[in-house]
Amino acid sequence: MSVTNMNILIVDDYKTMLRIITNLLRQLGFMNVDEATDGEMALDLMKHKEYGLVISDWNMEPMTGIDLLKAVRANDDKHKEVPFIMVTAESKTENVIAAKEAGANNYIVKPFNADTLKQKMVSSIGSF
Amino acid sequence: MSENAQLNSDTYERDQVVKIINSVIDKVQQNEPVAKDVLAKELLDLKNIIEEARREVCSANPGDIKGVHIPTATDELDAVVGATEEATGAIMDCCDVIQQNTDKMDAPVAEAIGAEVTKIYEACSFQDITGQRITKVVQTLQAIEEKVGKILKVVEDKMPGMADPTSTAAGEAEGSSGPDSLLNGPQMPDKAISQDDIDKLLAEFD
Repeated sequence: MSVTNMNILIVDDYKTMLRIITNLLRQLGFMNVDEATDGEMALDLMKHKEYGLVISDWNMEPMTGIDLLKAVRANDDKHKEVPFIMVTAESKTENVIAAKEAGANNYIVKPFNADTLKQKMVSSIGSF
Repeated sequence: MSENAQLNSDTYERDQVVKIINSVIDKVQQNEPVAKDVLAKELLDLKNIIEEARREVCSANPGDIKGVHIPTATDELDAVVGATEEATGAIMDCCDVIQQNTDKMDAPVAEAIGAEVTKIYEACSFQDITGQRITKVVQTLQAIEEKVGKILKVVEDKMPGMADPTSTAAGEAEGSSGPDSLLNGPQMPDKAISQDDIDKLLAEFD
Protein backbone atom coordinates (compact mmCIF):
# COMPACT_ATOMS: atom_id res chain seq x y z
CA MET A 1 0.00 0.00 0.00
CA SER A 2 1.29 3.43 -0.93
CA VAL A 3 2.26 5.72 1.93
CA THR A 4 -0.07 8.36 0.51
CA ASN A 5 -3.05 6.14 1.32
CA MET A 6 -2.41 6.41 5.03
CA ASN A 7 -4.85 8.21 7.32
CA ILE A 8 -3.51 11.48 8.66
CA LEU A 9 -4.97 13.34 11.64
CA ILE A 10 -4.39 17.08 11.90
CA VAL A 11 -5.22 18.91 15.11
CA ASP A 12 -5.53 22.68 15.35
CA ASP A 13 -8.02 25.06 16.96
CA TYR A 14 -7.78 27.49 14.03
CA LYS A 15 -9.98 26.47 11.13
CA THR A 16 -7.72 28.43 8.80
CA MET A 17 -4.73 26.33 9.75
CA LEU A 18 -6.67 23.06 9.45
CA ARG A 19 -7.66 24.08 5.95
CA ILE A 20 -4.13 25.13 4.97
CA ILE A 21 -2.57 21.87 6.16
CA THR A 22 -5.32 19.77 4.59
CA ASN A 23 -4.78 21.54 1.28
CA LEU A 24 -0.99 21.15 1.43
CA LEU A 25 -1.38 17.45 2.24
CA ARG A 26 -3.72 16.95 -0.71
CA GLN A 27 -1.17 18.57 -2.97
CA LEU A 28 1.37 16.09 -1.65
CA GLY A 29 -1.02 13.28 -2.56
CA PHE A 30 -2.53 12.55 0.86
CA MET A 31 -6.30 12.46 0.53
CA ASN A 32 -7.30 10.67 3.75
CA VAL A 33 -7.12 13.55 6.18
CA ASP A 34 -9.22 14.00 9.31
CA GLU A 35 -9.39 17.16 11.39
CA ALA A 36 -9.75 17.76 15.14
CA THR A 37 -9.89 21.09 16.96
CA ASP A 38 -8.23 20.03 20.21
CA GLY A 39 -6.47 17.13 21.89
CA GLU A 40 -9.58 15.54 23.35
CA MET A 41 -11.33 15.42 20.00
CA ALA A 42 -8.17 13.95 18.46
CA LEU A 43 -8.00 11.18 21.09
CA ASP A 44 -11.64 10.39 20.45
CA LEU A 45 -11.03 10.07 16.70
CA MET A 46 -8.01 7.87 17.35
CA LYS A 47 -10.17 5.41 19.27
CA HIS A 48 -12.16 4.67 16.13
CA LYS A 49 -9.59 4.87 13.35
CA GLU A 50 -5.95 4.04 12.80
CA TYR A 51 -3.73 6.93 11.75
CA GLY A 52 -0.29 6.77 10.19
CA LEU A 53 0.63 10.33 11.13
CA VAL A 54 -0.56 13.01 13.55
CA ILE A 55 0.17 16.67 12.85
CA SER A 56 -0.79 18.78 15.85
CA ASP A 57 -0.76 22.35 17.05
CA TRP A 58 0.45 22.97 20.63
CA ASN A 59 -1.66 25.81 21.95
CA MET A 60 -5.25 24.55 22.14
CA GLU A 61 -7.97 24.26 24.76
CA PRO A 62 -9.04 22.31 26.69
CA MET A 63 -6.38 19.74 25.77
CA THR A 64 -3.09 21.07 24.38
CA GLY A 65 -0.93 19.44 21.75
CA ILE A 66 1.76 18.47 24.23
CA ASP A 67 -0.85 16.81 26.47
CA LEU A 68 -2.20 15.00 23.43
CA LEU A 69 1.29 13.80 22.56
CA LYS A 70 1.89 12.57 26.13
CA ALA A 71 -1.49 10.81 26.17
CA VAL A 72 -0.77 9.12 22.83
CA ARG A 73 2.63 7.93 23.96
CA ALA A 74 1.24 6.77 27.33
CA ASN A 75 -1.58 4.76 25.76
CA ASP A 76 -0.65 1.17 25.19
CA ASP A 77 -2.55 0.86 21.93
CA LYS A 78 -2.06 0.99 18.18
CA HIS A 79 -1.11 4.68 18.26
CA LYS A 80 1.59 4.44 20.91
CA GLU A 81 4.32 4.88 18.30
CA VAL A 82 2.43 6.86 15.67
CA PRO A 83 4.67 9.49 14.01
CA PHE A 84 3.77 12.84 15.58
CA ILE A 85 4.71 16.25 14.19
CA MET A 86 4.17 19.31 16.33
CA VAL A 87 3.26 22.37 14.24
CA THR A 88 3.17 25.46 16.41
CA ALA A 89 3.94 29.14 16.86
CA GLU A 90 5.71 28.25 20.13
CA SER A 91 9.29 28.75 19.09
CA LYS A 92 11.24 28.74 22.35
CA THR A 93 14.03 26.24 22.82
CA GLU A 94 12.34 24.82 25.91
CA ASN A 95 9.21 24.07 23.87
CA VAL A 96 11.15 22.11 21.29
CA ILE A 97 12.98 20.21 24.01
CA ALA A 98 9.73 19.45 25.87
CA ALA A 99 8.09 18.21 22.66
CA LYS A 100 11.06 16.01 21.81
CA GLU A 101 11.20 14.61 25.34
CA ALA A 102 7.47 13.86 25.17
CA GLY A 103 8.06 11.85 22.00
CA ALA A 104 7.51 14.23 19.07
CA ASN A 105 9.12 13.00 15.86
CA ASN A 106 9.39 16.49 14.44
CA TYR A 107 8.67 20.12 15.16
CA ILE A 108 7.57 22.76 12.68
CA VAL A 109 7.36 26.45 13.61
CA LYS A 110 4.53 28.49 12.13
CA PRO A 111 4.44 30.07 9.66
CA PHE A 112 5.84 27.33 7.45
CA ASN A 113 5.74 26.40 3.78
CA ALA A 114 4.87 23.27 1.83
CA ASP A 115 8.53 22.31 1.39
CA THR A 116 9.13 22.35 5.15
CA LEU A 117 6.03 20.24 5.77
CA LYS A 118 7.08 17.71 3.14
CA GLN A 119 10.64 17.56 4.47
CA LYS A 120 9.47 16.90 8.05
CA MET A 121 6.94 14.34 6.88
CA VAL A 122 9.60 12.44 4.92
CA SER A 123 11.83 12.40 7.96
CA SER A 124 8.94 11.09 10.11
CA ILE A 125 7.24 8.54 7.84
CA GLY A 126 9.76 7.98 5.05
CA SER A 127 9.78 8.94 1.38
CA PHE A 128 6.60 9.23 -0.64
CA MET B 1 -1.11 70.21 31.07
CA SER B 2 2.00 68.55 29.55
CA GLU B 3 3.25 65.27 31.01
CA ASN B 4 6.31 66.99 32.45
CA ALA B 5 4.22 69.75 33.94
CA GLN B 6 1.89 67.14 35.43
CA LEU B 7 4.88 65.25 36.87
CA ASN B 8 6.33 68.47 38.31
CA SER B 9 2.93 69.36 39.73
CA ASP B 10 2.57 65.88 41.30
CA THR B 11 6.08 66.08 42.74
CA TYR B 12 5.40 69.59 44.02
CA GLU B 13 2.19 68.47 45.75
CA ARG B 14 3.81 65.38 47.22
CA ASP B 15 6.72 67.47 48.53
CA GLN B 16 4.27 70.00 49.85
CA VAL B 17 2.29 67.33 51.74
CA VAL B 18 5.46 65.93 53.32
CA LYS B 19 6.63 69.44 54.20
CA ILE B 20 3.33 70.35 55.86
CA ILE B 21 3.14 67.09 57.82
CA ASN B 22 6.74 67.45 59.04
CA SER B 23 6.06 71.03 60.00
CA VAL B 24 2.94 70.07 61.99
CA ILE B 25 4.81 67.22 63.74
CA ASP B 26 7.71 69.55 64.60
CA LYS B 27 5.36 72.14 66.02
CA VAL B 28 3.42 69.58 68.10
CA GLN B 29 6.65 68.04 69.45
CA GLN B 30 8.42 71.29 70.34
CA ASN B 31 8.29 72.53 73.91
CA GLU B 32 7.18 76.07 73.17
CA PRO B 33 3.43 76.58 72.76
CA VAL B 34 2.18 76.95 69.19
CA ALA B 35 -0.64 79.21 68.16
CA LYS B 36 -3.73 77.22 67.18
CA ASP B 37 -4.30 79.30 64.09
CA VAL B 38 -0.81 78.46 62.78
CA LEU B 39 -1.51 74.74 63.08
CA ALA B 40 -5.01 75.18 61.73
CA LYS B 41 -3.65 77.00 58.66
CA GLU B 42 -1.20 74.18 57.88
CA LEU B 43 -3.84 71.47 58.39
CA LEU B 44 -6.23 73.42 56.18
CA ASP B 45 -3.57 73.55 53.43
CA LEU B 46 -3.16 69.79 53.78
CA LYS B 47 -6.92 69.25 53.56
CA ASN B 48 -7.09 71.42 50.43
CA ILE B 49 -4.34 69.42 48.72
CA ILE B 50 -6.05 66.10 49.56
CA GLU B 51 -9.40 67.39 48.31
CA GLU B 52 -7.81 68.67 45.11
CA ALA B 53 -6.18 65.26 44.54
CA ARG B 54 -9.51 63.56 45.17
CA ARG B 55 -11.26 65.84 42.66
CA GLU B 56 -8.58 65.05 40.06
CA VAL B 57 -8.95 61.30 40.58
CA CYS B 58 -12.74 61.60 40.32
CA SER B 59 -12.53 63.66 37.13
CA ALA B 60 -10.29 61.00 35.57
CA ASN B 61 -13.22 58.53 35.95
CA PRO B 62 -11.06 55.56 37.01
CA GLY B 63 -14.11 53.28 36.89
CA ASP B 64 -14.19 53.71 33.11
CA ILE B 65 -10.92 51.80 32.74
CA LYS B 66 -12.65 48.63 33.90
CA GLY B 67 -16.16 49.51 32.85
CA VAL B 68 -15.63 50.91 29.37
CA HIS B 69 -12.11 51.24 27.96
CA ILE B 70 -10.79 47.71 28.47
CA PRO B 71 -14.01 45.90 27.49
CA THR B 72 -14.19 48.07 24.36
CA ALA B 73 -10.57 47.29 23.48
CA THR B 74 -11.04 43.54 23.94
CA ASP B 75 -14.25 43.56 21.88
CA GLU B 76 -12.47 45.42 19.08
CA LEU B 77 -9.61 42.91 19.11
CA ASP B 78 -12.04 39.98 19.08
CA ALA B 79 -13.68 41.58 16.06
CA VAL B 80 -10.29 41.84 14.33
CA VAL B 81 -9.76 38.10 14.82
CA GLY B 82 -13.26 37.34 13.50
CA ALA B 83 -12.87 39.61 10.47
CA THR B 84 -9.47 38.25 9.48
CA GLU B 85 -10.75 34.67 9.85
CA GLU B 86 -13.66 35.46 7.57
CA ALA B 87 -11.46 37.21 5.00
CA THR B 88 -8.90 34.39 5.06
CA GLY B 89 -11.69 31.89 4.47
CA ALA B 90 -12.87 33.91 1.45
CA ILE B 91 -9.33 34.02 0.02
CA MET B 92 -8.97 30.26 0.41
CA ASP B 93 -12.38 29.70 -1.20
CA CYS B 94 -11.05 31.56 -4.26
CA CYS B 95 -7.89 29.44 -4.18
CA ASP B 96 -10.01 26.27 -4.18
CA VAL B 97 -11.88 27.44 -7.26
CA ILE B 98 -8.64 28.31 -9.06
CA GLN B 99 -7.18 24.91 -8.16
CA GLN B 100 -10.26 23.12 -9.44
CA ASN B 101 -9.94 24.94 -12.75
CA THR B 102 -6.27 24.09 -13.26
CA ASP B 103 -7.49 20.78 -14.75
CA LYS B 104 -8.71 22.75 -17.75
CA MET B 105 -5.33 24.41 -18.30
CA ASP B 106 -2.21 23.30 -20.13
CA ALA B 107 0.10 21.35 -17.84
CA PRO B 108 2.89 23.97 -17.53
CA VAL B 109 0.37 26.75 -16.85
CA ALA B 110 -1.55 24.60 -14.36
CA GLU B 111 1.70 23.79 -12.55
CA ALA B 112 2.76 27.43 -12.38
CA ILE B 113 -0.65 28.56 -11.13
CA GLY B 114 -0.82 25.67 -8.66
CA ALA B 115 2.52 26.74 -7.20
CA GLU B 116 1.32 30.31 -6.75
CA VAL B 117 -1.94 29.14 -5.14
CA THR B 118 0.12 27.09 -2.68
CA LYS B 119 2.01 30.26 -1.76
CA ILE B 120 -1.29 32.03 -1.11
CA TYR B 121 -2.34 29.16 1.16
CA GLU B 122 0.96 29.34 3.02
CA ALA B 123 0.59 33.10 3.44
CA CYS B 124 -2.91 32.64 4.90
CA SER B 125 -1.33 31.19 8.02
CA PHE B 126 -0.89 34.83 9.08
CA GLN B 127 -4.45 34.55 10.45
CA ASP B 128 -3.39 31.89 12.94
CA ILE B 129 -0.26 33.77 14.01
CA THR B 130 -1.94 37.18 14.35
CA GLY B 131 -4.91 35.53 16.06
CA GLN B 132 -2.63 34.02 18.69
CA ARG B 133 -0.82 37.33 19.22
CA ILE B 134 -4.10 39.22 19.59
CA THR B 135 -5.37 36.59 22.03
CA LYS B 136 -2.28 37.23 24.16
CA VAL B 137 -3.00 40.98 24.11
CA VAL B 138 -6.63 40.33 25.09
CA GLN B 139 -5.48 38.14 28.00
CA THR B 140 -3.09 40.92 29.12
CA LEU B 141 -5.91 43.48 28.97
CA GLN B 142 -8.14 41.16 30.99
CA ALA B 143 -5.40 40.80 33.62
CA ILE B 144 -5.09 44.61 33.78
CA GLU B 145 -8.88 44.88 34.04
CA GLU B 146 -8.89 42.47 36.98
CA LYS B 147 -6.10 44.36 38.77
CA VAL B 148 -7.77 47.72 38.13
CA GLY B 149 -10.98 46.24 39.53
CA LYS B 150 -9.20 45.23 42.74
CA ILE B 151 -7.61 48.69 43.11
CA LEU B 152 -10.98 50.37 42.51
CA LYS B 153 -12.61 48.19 45.15
CA VAL B 154 -10.00 49.25 47.71
CA VAL B 155 -10.45 52.92 46.73
CA GLU B 156 -14.25 52.63 46.81
CA ASP B 157 -14.13 51.02 50.26
CA LYS B 158 -11.94 53.84 51.60
CA MET B 159 -13.59 56.71 49.74
CA PRO B 160 -17.12 55.87 48.63
CA GLY B 161 -18.21 57.43 45.34
CA MET B 162 -14.67 58.09 44.15
CA ALA B 163 -14.29 55.04 41.90
CA ASP B 164 -17.85 54.67 40.76
CA PRO B 165 -17.72 52.63 37.56
CA THR B 166 -20.79 54.44 36.30
CA SER B 167 -19.22 57.83 36.87
CA THR B 168 -19.05 58.57 33.17
CA ALA B 169 -21.57 57.77 30.51
CA ALA B 170 -20.14 55.07 28.25
CA GLY B 171 -20.76 57.26 25.22
CA GLU B 172 -18.46 59.95 26.55
CA ALA B 173 -15.57 57.52 26.78
CA GLU B 174 -16.26 56.33 23.25
CA GLY B 175 -16.06 59.87 21.93
CA SER B 176 -19.73 60.53 21.33
CA SER B 177 -19.37 64.13 22.35
CA GLY B 178 -17.26 66.97 21.03
CA PRO B 179 -16.13 67.75 17.50
CA ASP B 180 -14.98 64.17 16.72
CA SER B 181 -18.24 62.57 17.82
CA LEU B 182 -18.81 60.91 14.43
CA LEU B 183 -15.33 59.41 14.27
CA ASN B 184 -15.91 56.05 15.92
CA GLY B 185 -14.15 53.80 13.42
CA PRO B 186 -15.54 50.45 12.27
CA GLN B 187 -18.54 49.33 14.30
CA MET B 188 -18.74 46.00 16.07
CA PRO B 189 -20.68 43.48 13.94
CA ASP B 190 -23.63 43.43 16.36
CA LYS B 191 -23.85 47.23 16.36
CA ALA B 192 -23.22 47.95 12.70
CA ILE B 193 -26.10 48.55 10.35
CA SER B 194 -26.17 46.74 7.03
CA GLN B 195 -25.99 48.32 3.57
CA ASP B 196 -29.68 47.40 3.18
CA ASP B 197 -30.49 49.35 6.34
CA ILE B 198 -28.46 52.30 5.04
CA ASP B 199 -30.24 52.22 1.69
CA LYS B 200 -33.61 52.15 3.46
CA LEU B 201 -32.52 55.05 5.64
CA LEU B 202 -31.35 57.06 2.64
CA ALA B 203 -34.60 56.30 0.81
CA GLU B 204 -36.48 57.97 3.63
CA PHE B 205 -34.83 61.25 2.65
CA ASP B 206 -36.10 61.05 -0.93
